[in-house]
Amino acid sequence: MEKKLLKKVDLIFEKCNCLNIIDKVLQRSGDDIILDIIDSGLKGRGGAGFPTGLKWKFAKNEEADQKYIVCNADEGEPGTFKDREILDRVPEKIFAGMAVCAKAIEATKGYIYLRGEYNFLLPALNEKLTVFNQAMKDRKFEFSIEMRSGSGAYVCGEETALLESMEGKRGEPRNKPPFPVAQGYLGKPTSINNVETLVFALAIMNIGPEKFKEFGTMDSRGSKVFSISGDTPKGGIYELELGMTIEDFVNEFGDGDTKAIQVGGASGFCVPRKHFKDTIIGFEGIPTGGSMMLFNSSRSMYNVLQDYLEFFEEESCGQCTPCRVGCQQLLKGILAVKRGEKPPAYLEELKKLSQTMKIASKCGLGQSVANPFNSIVNNFREEIIY
Amino acid sequence: MSKYKVNLKINNIPISVDEGTTILQAAKMLNFNIPTLCNHPDLCVAGNCRVCVVEQKGSRTLPAACAVPVSEGMEIQTNSMQVRAARKHIIELLLSEHNSDCTKCYKNGNCELQDLANEYRTSNNLFIDLMKSTKMDISSPSIVKDDTKCIRCQRCVRTCAELQNVNALAVVNKGHLMKISTFLNKPLNEVVCTNCGQCVNRCPTGALVEKNYIDEVWSAIYNPEKFVVVQTAPAVRAALGENLGFDIGTRVTGKMVSALKRMGFDKVLDTDFTADLTIMEEGTELLTRLKKALVDGEKVALPMMTSCSPGWIKFQEHLFPELLENLSTCKSPQQMFGALAKTYYAEKINKNPQEMVVVSVMPCTAKKFECDRPEMRSSGYKDVDYVLTTRELGMMIKQAGIDFTKLEEEKYDSVLGESTGAAVIFGATGGVMEAAIRTAYEIVTGREIPFVNLNVTPVRGMEGIKAASVKIKDVKPEWAFLEGVELNVAIAHGLVNAKQLMTQVKEGKANYHFIEVMACPGGCLGGGGQPIPTNMEIRKKRAEAIYQEDENMYLRKSHENPEVNDIYKEFLGEPLGHKSHDLLHTHYKARKRY
Repeated sequence: MEKKLLKKVDLIFEKCNCLNIIDKVLQRSGDDIILDIIDSGLKGRGGAGFPTGLKWKFAKNEEADQKYIVCNADEGEPGTFKDREILDRVPEKIFAGMAVCAKAIEATKGYIYLRGEYNFLLPALNEKLTVFNQAMKDRKFEFSIEMRSGSGAYVCGEETALLESMEGKRGEPRNKPPFPVAQGYLGKPTSINNVETLVFALAIMNIGPEKFKEFGTMDSRGSKVFSISGDTPKGGIYELELGMTIEDFVNEFGDGDTKAIQVGGASGFCVPRKHFKDTIIGFEGIPTGGSMMLFNSSRSMYNVLQDYLEFFEEESCGQCTPCRVGCQQLLKGILAVKRGEKPPAYLEELKKLSQTMKIASKCGLGQSVANPFNSIVNNFREEIIY
Repeated sequence: MSKYKVNLKINNIPISVDEGTTILQAAKMLNFNIPTLCNHPDLCVAGNCRVCVVEQKGSRTLPAACAVPVSEGMEIQTNSMQVRAARKHIIELLLSEHNSDCTKCYKNGNCELQDLANEYRTSNNLFIDLMKSTKMDISSPSIVKDDTKCIRCQRCVRTCAELQNVNALAVVNKGHLMKISTFLNKPLNEVVCTNCGQCVNRCPTGALVEKNYIDEVWSAIYNPEKFVVVQTAPAVRAALGENLGFDIGTRVTGKMVSALKRMGFDKVLDTDFTADLTIMEEGTELLTRLKKALVDGEKVALPMMTSCSPGWIKFQEHLFPELLENLSTCKSPQQMFGALAKTYYAEKINKNPQEMVVVSVMPCTAKKFECDRPEMRSSGYKDVDYVLTTRELGMMIKQAGIDFTKLEEEKYDSVLGESTGAAVIFGATGGVMEAAIRTAYEIVTGREIPFVNLNVTPVRGMEGIKAASVKIKDVKPEWAFLEGVELNVAIAHGLVNAKQLMTQVKEGKANYHFIEVMACPGGCLGGGGQPIPTNMEIRKKRAEAIYQEDENMYLRKSHENPEVNDIYKEFLGEPLGHKSHDLLHTHYKARKRY
């Protein structure tokens, strides 16, 4: 497998003249822009990793009187805080990324769906949006962006729940298909992209796909902003090239006693020390929306798992059976095993249950609970039982 | 427009279906049933119970068959080991939240979750018991809500929103606390709920049921000091058979009368009688309002609207209080019956009304609320004591050990037992309108309505809002003011349609003289107290049965009912007369929306 060494990169926060890039982009055709994005291999940076160019192509190919671009800034994954930094430091690059998408898919209206907890960013964002919207007007480019505020439900980061929330409804995921690119906000074709994805799209417009492809591996092009937390002396935000091993990562960020690392937040995977060497951070290995939580030997992995499950039990929207009841059963189940009310073998039943949740839940929330559950139970079984 | 065909394989059998067909529907065409819970043919797709998951070749996850449309080249397995294991898990999960004390449940034997649990041989204690001990909401006189039995399929929520547009029930909270509740978690009797019971008709479990009065009625029957009379609504006879071993759409009028007599009711009478009476009163009221408007130039509330459906009445009181004047002041046939039973009838049979108990059998849950209204005591007593739904009667007939299918047919007692075909069709949407037209046209012109076999077909059918016009020509001299008038009527069933129509009226965009509204889809035949399940096909069959019953009647126009004529001669005087006003008419009150 192709590996890369740990390398710090600066594509996201680096200053650039956004309006110049937009001016260049406005000269190009939508198809041309989309070709560049497809060529760059950019995949969604929210965690699911859907190829961005393809998403835009689908949205472009839809015929409609109105299309939308929505920036998903509902950064709710535990351990992830990189979008906040981007929103705070380089919001113009997000707006410009949205303009690139708008030009590509022929959308005239954009929304930034901001997580409720980030409302403190609203005044500054609105102020900068006024300037941006005017700049678009000056360029006779029919596109404007508005802010929308969430209310703090984790599930609203799921794109269709986000749309429901934007429409003023209860934030519950929709059935797919139809996908948002076909029927999204108010039933119109909508491209929903993560904050970071949009900034990378802008970067690709700036430096070109070839340059972008120099970073990362075949399956994981480019770099990624990581939110590093837990038992680390160097917690914070770092942009790193994709494709490094966890071993490299831990050598750089660990405290010398790292026993496990949770990649991708609560819904991601737990990697134990024995797999650090052979695990790549990227779509060919373990994908991540950016969250890297390091745990040293002072931590109980039982407590970690219990925390995650309490989070999911509360943050499930509650509409579908596997997720609503499954999360409760997993949580109550490990508690029962811990207390000796259920035999250790009950963990096997729970693993089967998590498998059902993975394949039968309505949306990504319920489908991903099995990730932390299985990876923690399999690797730290003793800590769960005793 | 021809649709694209999509080719796919289900359980290795190729099939070609229209684009847009769901996997569930396509499987059905190949005679593969996929279990469902949240799915209901009357409602939009939810895809949230996940019981209908199937295996799709090449897919990482199991799609919900009810929610996913077929696509070209799709290969589906509906019963693979993986599918069965997932479904079993899902059913076990639902059971772990569920109050599984089935033997004590009102819906025992008629519960979709119970059926699935049996089918999938669940071990019932695979998972930890998560049932929350919440109190039942028994505040409503019509509906009992028991959250311990709720599987959160949201059929009730969708019913209340999509079919009725009332939104009394909604989802609150998220995660493990998610539940179906009301505005601010208020009890059902304090919210905008119309008691229509459509949610009850669609609840797959025992979480929403009618408040039953079975024990009270048995006590009355077996109380030697009580004289118990029962009245049966038009729509009951077209549906009761479904609960007692007959095919959908079987008319069981005679057997029902026979069963009621065997159960021990002292007299078995017919709400159809007061349905005919309603036509006399309401028809006269309409003609009076028209006269005031057309001749006297008085400002009267038009269009006039029917008032037979108590769910509709409460809806109007909550949502369109400014249109209350438009409602006919006529009580519903049930309440006219109650008022007359404890006055006119009591006198006739020489009984003290205090000793009388009036029981109604209704296709309706809102009737339970209606009989409790303070306005409904014009006999000096509670006019109607207990209301049973069609389902409750079915259950009581079983409890009485009556072999219903083998019963001889019997006739209603007299008086208050005679009726016409015009009364029977009250049970179907458009029926009150048709009955009114049959009588009013003839009163005004002296001729029968110009429709083949008296069937006013434009007002029939399952369209949400129907409109029709009747041109009135060659009238009798006393009705000269109606000469040449085109009488415009409209009919709505299901409150979502009523709301649309009322909005038009409110905005002055509707040019109708008379509007019939029934709260329930299909009218009373689709009422909240009718046998479960319900769907369009079932409702159409019940409607056919009702129209057959009408055609088979000797008398088909309300004004020809001899008992109706007698009661005016002997007791009431004339329609809208003083006694009518006291006993047969009522008033309404504006209610808040929250």
